[in-house]
Amino acid sequence: MTTLAGYLTLSAFIFAIGLAGALTRRNAIIVLIGIELMLNAANLNFIAFWRFSEHPEALTGIMFVIFSIGVAAAEAAVGLALIIAIYRHFKTTNLDQIHTMKG
Amino acid sequence: MPLTFTIIAIVTIAAAVAALSLRNLVHCALALSGAFVGLAGVYLQLGAQFVGFAQVLVYVGAVSILVVFAILLTRNDQPTDPLFSKATLASLGVTVAVLGVLVWAIAKSSVTKKSLPPPPVANVKQIGDALMTKFVLPLEVIALLLTAALIGAVIIAMHNGSKNKDGGHQ
Repeated sequence: MTTLAGYLTLSAFIFAIGLAGALTRRNAIIVLIGIELMLNAANLNFIAFWRFSEHPEALTGIMFVIFSIGVAAAEAAVGLALIIAIYRHFKTTNLDQIHTMKG
Repeated sequence: MPLTFTIIAIVTIAAAVAALSLRNLVHCALALSGAFVGLAGVYLQLGAQFVGFAQVLVYVGAVSILVVFAILLTRNDQPTDPLFSKATLASLGVTVAVLGVLVWAIAKSSVTKKSLPPPPVANVKQIGDALMTKFVLPLEVIALLLTAALIGAVIIAMHNGSKNKDGGHQ
């Protein structure tokens, strides 16, 4: 039987991969993909802790993940709209070349 | 550790690595949907059927398609990222440190040693009942948030290049 540690370790690896992608890549879309992966790692943690909890009939973990998926969908829509607006203005999605507001 | 979990975990991690390391952006989007499908498999294995199918519908069906649209709308001859700059090495160092702390905490904790309890019943009827009684206020709030986000996304991405000529939105 898989223990809780197996699921949590998988979630930690997915989070680290998303973090590495968001920090190292310079394309705005790839950075957004990394953020989505990090959100999914958090969702996996919620579901794993719900499954291994003492009272899974309370459904709190499932509810939290459903609302989290809703917020992540809204975030993805607004984020990609922002990327398209920025591309229209700067003609690039490379984050290193978008430095007009840099101090 | 059962074989199914190992296979799903390896496929998911490989797809996630591919989604963030491939040079072609369309390949990245494809690998991203593969990672989402793998995560949906983990949800199904954990007994959360509704969340697994919601994951397939929302992430594989909607978010990946949105990413593909964004990739196609921002198409140009992308300069490839430099493979090893100083910032890249620093970011990888931060990532390895975060992963080390997480794995250390998981290995050290006593909570994580529990084995699987008997499967709970979480069918769609129970989830619907809970959504309509105990969680009805969060449901309304998330509906408002989604409406506002969709209208905001449309307004942000709307092409208003001719605003100066017409003196208003088109």
